[in-house]
Amino acid sequence: MKKKKADCLEPAGMEKDRSYRWMVKRKKGRVFVKKWTATFIAAFFAILFLMPIVLTVTNSFMSSSEISSNYGQVFSTTDTGGKTFISEKVNLKFIPDMVSFSQYITVLLKSPDYLFKFWNSVILVAPIVFFQLLVAVLASYGFTRYRGRIKEMIFFIYIILMLMPYQVTLVPNYLVSNWLHLLDTRWAIWLPGIFSPFAVYLLTKFMRRIPISVIEAAQIDGAGEWQIFRRICLPLCKGCLCSVAILIFIDYWNMVEQPLILLSDDTMHPLSVFLSKIKNGEIGLAFAVATIYMVPTLLVFLYGEDYLVEGITYQGGIKG
Amino acid sequence: MKIRKLSERPEKIKKVKRVGGNGCRALRDIHRLKKKASLRDARGRRISSVFLTPSILGVLVFFVLPFFVVIFYSVVDNPISHQFVFLDNFKMVFQNAAFRQAASNTMKFSFIAVPLAVVLSLGLAMLLDSKIPFKSQFRTFFLTPMMVPIASIVLIWQVLFHYNGMVNDITAIFGAGKIDWLKSDHAQVVIIVLFLWKNLGYNMILFMAALSSIPKDILEVAVLESAKPWQIFLYIKIRYLSSTLLFVTIMSLINSFKVFREIYLLTDDYPYPTVYMMQHFMNNTFGNLDYQRLSAAAIMMSIVMVVIIGILFLAENHFGRDVEG
Repeated sequence: MKKKKADCLEPAGMEKDRSYRWMVKRKKGRVFVKKWTATFIAAFFAILFLMPIVLTVTNSFMSSSEISSNYGQVFSTTDTGGKTFISEKVNLKFIPDMVSFSQYITVLLKSPDYLFKFWNSVILVAPIVFFQLLVAVLASYGFTRYRGRIKEMIFFIYIILMLMPYQVTLVPNYLVSNWLHLLDTRWAIWLPGIFSPFAVYLLTKFMRRIPISVIEAAQIDGAGEWQIFRRICLPLCKGCLCSVAILIFIDYWNMVEQPLILLSDDTMHPLSVFLSKIKNGEIGLAFAVATIYMVPTLLVFLYGEDYLVEGITYQGGIKG
Repeated sequence: MKIRKLSERPEKIKKVKRVGGNGCRALRDIHRLKKKASLRDARGRRISSVFLTPSILGVLVFFVLPFFVVIFYSVVDNPISHQFVFLDNFKMVFQNAAFRQAASNTMKFSFIAVPLAVVLSLGLAMLLDSKIPFKSQFRTFFLTPMMVPIASIVLIWQVLFHYNGMVNDITAIFGAGKIDWLKSDHAQVVIIVLFLWKNLGYNMILFMAALSSIPKDILEVAVLESAKPWQIFLYIKIRYLSSTLLFVTIMSLINSFKVFREIYLLTDDYPYPTVYMMQHFMNNTFGNLDYQRLSAAAIMMSIVMVVIIGILFLAENHFGRDVEG
């Protein structure tokens, strides 16, 4: 109570008062302590959050013999497989004894298998991102113009579909792919991905914020629907398109369930599935492969963090 | 006669008449314009539905129509003979021990992980909302796990939680015994930690957006009225955050159903029983191609989801009404 008074009233005569000064001092001290405890907690969490990523990256610079001596135990299939490990303990190291690029050299030059899987990931994800955006931009324009009860109902169905977990949507996807003989081809992943309602939802929410007067002005100037879409809505949506693209990219780059169920052929699996099978044998390479796998997402993140944040913010508040 | 008729017309037209001088012509013009506009509207409506077609067709073919088939499959005895058995499939799924295990595990996981995710991310958002240095850097750090593919991180996770791993070394300092994290009842803890690690950043961003949308003047008034910090938090911030709180809860719940990915990558098709989730059940059923069981399980799952989403909408209607976010 007193503290607050001191803060906001500051009567002229009080300035020379010792108790007042003391109060201000105490308050400043408290704010200082508070601020630095908050920073400390934030830093603690930040370290916790970043540690796995940093560890993965630093470990990718170890030579494979160092890795197998450190982590051999972890990735051996059976603990009593006849092997004896150099060290009893699993040594977690932040900094490798000797920086070596041997892992990367092996992955990039000597064993094309990993690069092939990486390419698989790219092939699976890139068309989905591009075409989902294309379909979604068109659809969201349709949802934005001439809203009626039917359109609202369809949009509501989209929202429900968007919120459904894979457990539910994969069954219909599987059935359709089976009927259309798409199973075990990339189309089984591409097509449901392209028509996924997620991007439609986000873009529609964004487009509905474009003031109607802008569109009407264009209409009065004689613009047709296509021109309104092309010249007005699309340029205004550029930022939102970026954020949606990033969100889709993360989601599909990380996919595991779909290829597991829809692609029974191992050679078409993306790196995300393949990484979990590395465990035996080539542990030495695993960290390098993992690092290579997360490089694209980190690049996208560095480039588009603000877009990502914006995209997430638009997701908040389900009702458009 | 004409003038009298015009005077009965609405205000707008009268004005036009006064401006244009000749009421009759003005009226005709307006009619023509209206007709033109309605024609244009109809055309626009048609064109805008053309814009919609690819998406709607795709959603129909890949999601909606097959879903009806799923419903159909869930009430017949097999896809060839189409014998109507109504709820037998559901009963069969319910009596399946694996399904019950999976359902209870998933529920248990959600009950623990979702509140933790909501509270912790709200805490982080409040932390970043207060005046601390390096705010944007911290935001970046907290958001990074969301970007990193789980598959890349699983390796280090296995190292950390191994029987001889680092986490056990740390707990040993506090005198706790060694635990084989991934192959015991503690597996769920590992998964929860991984889930939180992955999802806190996303939730935090949502909360931060909501926190920054609270009108500043209200907070200032509260301070002037010498409200205590906890009062400000409880009566103002939570009030304004209510719809975001709901949204975050729902999203966390949905994400908690997706946690299979983490478990699959950490362990395998058949993990330790306490982390055997719904998706494992589905995956293994996909393996045997048992359509009825799959369909019934999917339908049950979707009913649960629809109920949850319905609650979200009702709650948002109820809470979001008097607060303008």
